[in-house]
Amino acid sequence: MQHKLTGAAAALALLAGAAGAEEVHVYNWSDYIDESLLDKFEQETGIDLVYDVFDSNELLETKMLAGGSGYDVVVPTGTFLQRQISAGAFQKLDPSKLPNRENMWDVIQERTEPYDPGGEYSINYMWGTTGIGANVGEVTEALGEDAPLASLDLIFDPENMKKLSECGVHFLDAPTEMIPAALTYLGLDPDSKDEESLEKAEEVLLAVRPYVQKFHSSEYINALANGDICVAFGWSGDILQARDRAAEAENGVEIVYNPPKEGALMWFDQMAIPTDAPNPEGAHKFLNFIMDAQNMAAASNYVYYANGNKASQEYLNEDVIGDPAIYPDEETLDNLYTVTPFGPREQRTLTRMWTRIKSGT
Amino acid sequence: MRRFALIAIPYAWLLALFLVPFLIVLKISLSDITLAIPPYEPTLDLSAGWEGLKTFFSGLDFENFTFLTTDDLYWKAYLSSLRIGAISTLITLCVGYPIAYGMAQSAPEWRPTLLMLVILPFWTSFLIRVYSWMGILSTEGVLNQFLLWTGLISEPLTILNTPTAVYIGIVYTYLPFMILPIYSALEKLDISLLEAAEDLGCSRLKAFWLVTIPLSRPGIIAGCFLVFIPAIGEFVIPSLLGGSRTLMIGKVLWEEFFNNRDWPVASAVAIILLLILIVPIILFQRNEQKQREAEG
Repeated sequence: MQHKLTGAAAALALLAGAAGAEEVHVYNWSDYIDESLLDKFEQETGIDLVYDVFDSNELLETKMLAGGSGYDVVVPTGTFLQRQISAGAFQKLDPSKLPNRENMWDVIQERTEPYDPGGEYSINYMWGTTGIGANVGEVTEALGEDAPLASLDLIFDPENMKKLSECGVHFLDAPTEMIPAALTYLGLDPDSKDEESLEKAEEVLLAVRPYVQKFHSSEYINALANGDICVAFGWSGDILQARDRAAEAENGVEIVYNPPKEGALMWFDQMAIPTDAPNPEGAHKFLNFIMDAQNMAAASNYVYYANGNKASQEYLNEDVIGDPAIYPDEETLDNLYTVTPFGPREQRTLTRMWTRIKSGT
Repeated sequence: MRRFALIAIPYAWLLALFLVPFLIVLKISLSDITLAIPPYEPTLDLSAGWEGLKTFFSGLDFENFTFLTTDDLYWKAYLSSLRIGAISTLITLCVGYPIAYGMAQSAPEWRPTLLMLVILPFWTSFLIRVYSWMGILSTEGVLNQFLLWTGLISEPLTILNTPTAVYIGIVYTYLPFMILPIYSALEKLDISLLEAAEDLGCSRLKAFWLVTIPLSRPGIIAGCFLVFIPAIGEFVIPSLLGGSRTLMIGKVLWEEFFNNRDWPVASAVAIILLLILIVPIILFQRNEQKQREAEG
């Protein structure tokens, strides 16, 4: 009987759908939300939520620039957002429909200013840093007790890397993350885009290239957790996920995440509404729903990334708000830098350089 | 009228599925990159009438094609793709021919089953099959475990993320495309021709070389084209199984399109790839036709 009832309910829902129920199409990063929030939104608003995921900014940007994506809410990273705004891909938000905006955190608002001045087009969803994930046991075995776990020396000093190559090192396959790190290592401005600085950064990367097992932007989570590699330069939340997976597996692997003490890249994933969104009204409702303090806290508690919502902080679990790797203290926060997007010509130089670093051609 | 309709159908097909997409890509390859939706200019504005058409055509140039000659990355990637395509086609042929031959030689009641077995892998998603190769070839993978267990090797082999893995992936994926046309050619082979050859003093091996191989030539050629052409533009297999040192034009295209957001240069790369493939094929077919006419 139960089955028949749910069957009937499903049929009714289908009928309702056919009759043109309101829909909102959301395109977010994979593994980036507590999925029970999606049901909650549907129940609260009566809108059908169609939730779809992607795993690279480039993919999202290509869809945005091609136009007609059919999505109502998308989540590009700050630098990508800025470029897509100037391409005319997003519409201005209507503040009157976003009362929960008062929950947002001014510190993060300020930091995202360069990408979206005044927050006219976007709201912050999550943010994080790019840094070093290390298998404590293997790294100290290779480099000794005083191994520089929180310094770029670990990954950019060829002497260290030569020893670490025995146990395996992964770098992100993302020049926009690796080049600023190499520039920071050299003491240069991480946001430099002139050819001279980029060439110096290339030299740093080429010197350690022989010791890098792989350039990849997601495999390191598993590889770190399984103990296949001992060091990865990657995104904070991903490395924390690896840490938790290793802890759950009780395989003796202990992972730590450290933002480099020389300075770490801070990035922001922003929610925005495409210019040609079929349902901007529903999109605003979704943004407002996400900015609710408890909803945002639920998302952060689930994915272990910090958010830009001040009011949500009282609802965060202690292992999220209390973890300096997720919510850095004042001092570390001051040490985080942001970068601006590359222009088309600079981007070409960068991509070409990256191919040269990776493939030797 | 009927005759006209019969000719029109394949031409309409060619027009809709080849020529129109080709012209769109060609048009983009002659445009310039810009930050907008879509990310190139000029776009054709028909509402502006004659003026619109004029500004459109004056905006086109071959800049993107000349750009491709300024960097050795492109021709190196083309050459490397051609080499990988050619070697994999050769391996696929060597593996596929005996299988097709065996199928054609088997008892007729077995053939539908064997045919089914060749097609069976297509029932699983291509992506899943390539992923499972990652599981087989990795350092802790099934293959290495097995070889270590047999004692053939004492250190695990590094196969994943090398060109070898790319060859294995391509040969595995495209094998059915080689087997099927060769099988269909061999199946039609008239046995009495082989008997005649043996009656006239040929050894079995010689009869195979002089009769079977030449008669299955159309199947071999079709199979080689079906493997070689998609293998050259392959993107998924090298990115999943190959290391960062495996340079292929599909990857270069992806980078131009997604990382550089440069649709015009990406289109120019695609047009050159098409020319590299289509010109030899046309020449080859011409030659075939001439030969056939000379024989006929």
